[in-house]
Amino acid sequence: MAEKTQQSESAPEKAAPVLHVAPSPHLSSTDLTTRRMMIDVLIALAPVVAMALYVFQMYAVKQLLICVGSCLAAEALFTRMRGRDLTLNDYSVSVTGVILALSLPGTAPWYVGFIASFAAVGIGKTLFGGLGMNIFNPAMVGRAFVMIAFATALGASGYHDPAAAVDAVTQATPMDVYKQSGVVAPLWDLFFGFTNGSLGETSALACIIGGIYLCFRRTASWEIPVGVIGAVAVLAGIGNLMNPGSDWTVLHHLAGGSLLFGAFFIATDPVSSPLTPRGKLIFGAGVGALIMLLRAYSGYPEGVMFAVLLMNSVTPLINRWTIPRPLGAVTA
Amino acid sequence: MALFFKGSAGGGTFPRGVHPPEWKTYSEDAAIEVVPPPRKVMLPLLQNVGAPSKPIVKPKAMVAFGEKVADGGAFVSAPLHAPIAGKVLKTGVTTLANGRHVSAIPIKADGDQLSGQALYDEILGGEWPKDGFEKFDIQEIVDAIQGAGIVGLGGAAFPTHVKYVPNEKKPIHTVLINGCECEPYLTSDYRLMLEAPEAIVSGALVAGRVTGAKEIFIGIEDNKPKAVEALRKAAAGTSIQVAVLKTKYPQGSEKQLILALTGKKVPVGGLPLDVGIAVSNVGTATAMARAVLRGKPLTHRVVTVTGGGITNPKNLLAPIGIPLGELIDFCGGLTDDAARMISGGPMMGFSFTDLNSPVTKGTSGVTILTAAEVKKAEETTCVRCGRCVDVCPMNLVPTKLALASRHKDIELAKRYNIMACFECGSCAYICPASIPLVQLVRTGKAVVIADSKK
Repeated sequence: MAEKTQQSESAPEKAAPVLHVAPSPHLSSTDLTTRRMMIDVLIALAPVVAMALYVFQMYAVKQLLICVGSCLAAEALFTRMRGRDLTLNDYSVSVTGVILALSLPGTAPWYVGFIASFAAVGIGKTLFGGLGMNIFNPAMVGRAFVMIAFATALGASGYHDPAAAVDAVTQATPMDVYKQSGVVAPLWDLFFGFTNGSLGETSALACIIGGIYLCFRRTASWEIPVGVIGAVAVLAGIGNLMNPGSDWTVLHHLAGGSLLFGAFFIATDPVSSPLTPRGKLIFGAGVGALIMLLRAYSGYPEGVMFAVLLMNSVTPLINRWTIPRPLGAVTA
Repeated sequence: MALFFKGSAGGGTFPRGVHPPEWKTYSEDAAIEVVPPPRKVMLPLLQNVGAPSKPIVKPKAMVAFGEKVADGGAFVSAPLHAPIAGKVLKTGVTTLANGRHVSAIPIKADGDQLSGQALYDEILGGEWPKDGFEKFDIQEIVDAIQGAGIVGLGGAAFPTHVKYVPNEKKPIHTVLINGCECEPYLTSDYRLMLEAPEAIVSGALVAGRVTGAKEIFIGIEDNKPKAVEALRKAAAGTSIQVAVLKTKYPQGSEKQLILALTGKKVPVGGLPLDVGIAVSNVGTATAMARAVLRGKPLTHRVVTVTGGGITNPKNLLAPIGIPLGELIDFCGGLTDDAARMISGGPMMGFSFTDLNSPVTKGTSGVTILTAAEVKKAEETTCVRCGRCVDVCPMNLVPTKLALASRHKDIELAKRYNIMACFECGSCAYICPASIPLVQLVRTGKAVVIADSKK
């Protein structure tokens, strides 16, 4: 009996290899996963978040906690409502939350961030079928929603609170000051970020550091920021040439407002931007051109959000225009 | 490495592609070993692109080593020859490694067999001339290649004579001998280049003679400097140029190789012939040399048996028709953690289950991967990151093709040129969401083809 048991124990060990079949290729690159890409975005956002915390202190802490928390809660609620498995571990919702928080003014009341988060995840993403299916950048959908719903809180005046304990918040935003009175903020302040504004947009330097990391990791496609910045530089340059007296130079256009934050972190959302390198360049240039149009002619001092949303809507069209020609395509 | 071939019009590489771990180390230093003659072989009647071969022997007939047992069934087809001496059995059915069931001629070993060093010398040894090819008549060469049953040994198994038949409308000006072996793990071409470079050079010169090509290149990736050296030495004094290419997958794909070396683009759906080029693998070149110079048919080929799942990785000189299982046994069997058996390399090979599946003319290797090697992350949704677009050597948009395939959207699939895909696997390899892009493209292609036949 004992002998028999031993035999049956050793037999399956000998037959150990379990063979599978699967379609080729049988190797897969393991160094990149969707989750890793999202973590990359969070890493790239670190300098921006750090700068926001330094400049806006408690305002930034509050807004980040509200937005990330609400986004996660919204995702949990909506995926449950759809009867899907919860996918918080891919970090994509956290990315939406952080970007949303960084695009809002620190002074906005708690319910603004809360409602923006639910609009971002609900209307921006879940409604279209979840991650990968949305047409518009979810964070920008959330922001657009509250921008219209709470026009005062997100209007230029909503940004500053003369009684605030934090220095930056006591001033109006540089974009607004310029729009209203033509007074130009010192370039260095815009570059380092010691000005008022949305939490993540003030420091050009932090956005550039994070953005370069993203492009270097190829988590963001360099074509998009190059397109955005290139278009803004060209159009602002033409503006400068036509209006040589203006003190708001090309560099002010580039470092001011949320241009760099938008170029590196918002426009580069892969889901809502085109697929091919050429398409990405067109998309970026379109965003840049629309930003300049909105800055120059709209009632708002800044136009990044609307520019990105508008270009998101033409992404399918750009994809269709930029179907690459296969190698050896026969010329028609 | 300063070995890059500066003169090539294509710059020595192609755009995009991937660089998977090479893993040539398992078997690159293992000299080609001769597999002992099997007791029985199964010769599938369909081993080539095109029409199946037609048997010309009756059951119970005795055949000698190298005797023809089947004729080509059409122009695009190839004859078959007995790789062992023996007795023909009743025609049966065998399962190829790619899952296809095809008729096959079984031959049971009977009588004295050529084996060991004698067989090696018979196939690869001896003197291989570097000149005097002018004396061969062009039609004579084509007939010899066709008669020897040679097909592309790189894996595609396209009947070789078809490429070399004189074509007045589309003359060949360049011959490319493909020694890239860009598939990870495989080393059969590499060992052949080290051990029989003279045979490859002879074969290249045969190809040069039959086409009247002005230029003959042998293309090798820069991760095989020893092979480059061996072939440069062997080709010294001839018109052959040994070109070094960047190590990148799929450098050894015909269209990519042509682009890398000549800068020419083979039209979608076309053949290298359309741009005046003939491409043959190094193994095919040796078979051509042997057929033309010695009048011997294709009966054996070099097969790499490799991967983490095989006990002793080896490069083997194996008879066509030998069961894959016998090669695995000869290499010490599977290890305990073997998880997948692949005929070919890991990027484009087929996983098989039947150990009786025979080696065919297109079998370049048997790769046995372990569970750790085939480990794949769970499939997640596409976030349209565009990595697949960045690597596609054909400049396609794989994620759109996959979408079209999932929705059976023939219009979308065609708009994104689904038929231009040759399933190299670069997209599925790189995909951060682990989407089975190649498999989806395959089903998509099938839907498109079915629709066009309606």
